[in-house]
Amino acid sequence: MTPDFPDEAVDGFPTPPREFTDAEGRDIVIERTDSDGIPALKEMYVDFDPEDRAQGVPPIKESAIAEWLESVVAEDCLNVVAFHGDRAVGHAMLVPDTTGAFELAIFVLDEYQGALIGTELVRSLLGWGQSNGIERVWLTVERWNDPAVRLYEKVGFETTDSASFELEMAIRLAQTDNTG
Amino acid sequence: MQVLLGVGGGDHSFRALAETVERARAAGDDLTVAVYTSSGNALSEIREQVRDRLDGLDFEAPIRTIEGDPGSGLVALAEDEEFDRIALAGGTRSPLGKIQLDPVSEFVLLNAPMTVTLVR
Repeated sequence: MTPDFPDEAVDGFPTPPREFTDAEGRDIVIERTDSDGIPALKEMYVDFDPEDRAQGVPPIKESAIAEWLESVVAEDCLNVVAFHGDRAVGHAMLVPDTTGAFELAIFVLDEYQGALIGTELVRSLLGWGQSNGIERVWLTVERWNDPAVRLYEKVGFETTDSASFELEMAIRLAQTDNTG
Repeated sequence: MQVLLGVGGGDHSFRALAETVERARAAGDDLTVAVYTSSGNALSEIREQVRDRLDGLDFEAPIRTIEGDPGSGLVALAEDEEFDRIALAGGTRSPLGKIQLDPVSEFVLLNAPMTVTLVR
């Protein structure tokens, strides 16, 4: 799937690591992660509410979670994790497709939702992606998932396909001109 | 049971074929394969591939061809000839693992009066 990306580029995203206090007064740290972060993420996904799954991810069985994490926390992907103390409570990822664009997804534990952690995860991840030269990012979201759709719109995503069960949204990230 | 399996020519549609043949054999279903193109490949080529797969599985099933829009063609054929069930490959995975239904599956799910099986 290759979305029609918006013409206008979006800029102004921060880069991780970042620290902030969420809407519930909790101190949250957003960090970049690689395969070293898989154990903490595995614990987060074991606690994940199945009701918050999207299109079959994350998987439910622990072995399937491990396998899925190996595929998305891989060398050519970018991953950020939100920590509350030692506990991973949110995770956002950019995974390359076959056209040079990246698919984005984000998952936040139930009790940490609605506290702006998701917004900060996505903004930090896009900032990191941007600094790595990533320009085109897309995602799909279930059309009834209003909080997620609002989050993505607020960050700057535009709906690029609303004809199927899931909405497809995309964003073009401003590229720094290093040539001159 | 009369089962109509849609095969669009993608890898996942051939996996669905193998699995549906196995089911049909176990359950004693009458299987008909409806060939359409969702991959850009020529219909005749997909038809040939289905024939080869069926031979390889040592299973006999009539092969029908759907010209034009695959989703509506499948549902129309199933209704006209009173099939009990439509079977289809149940979607592909996005780069990060999300299940995605193609437009044919979505159309069939929303329009077929009979049971629809998505094969995963």
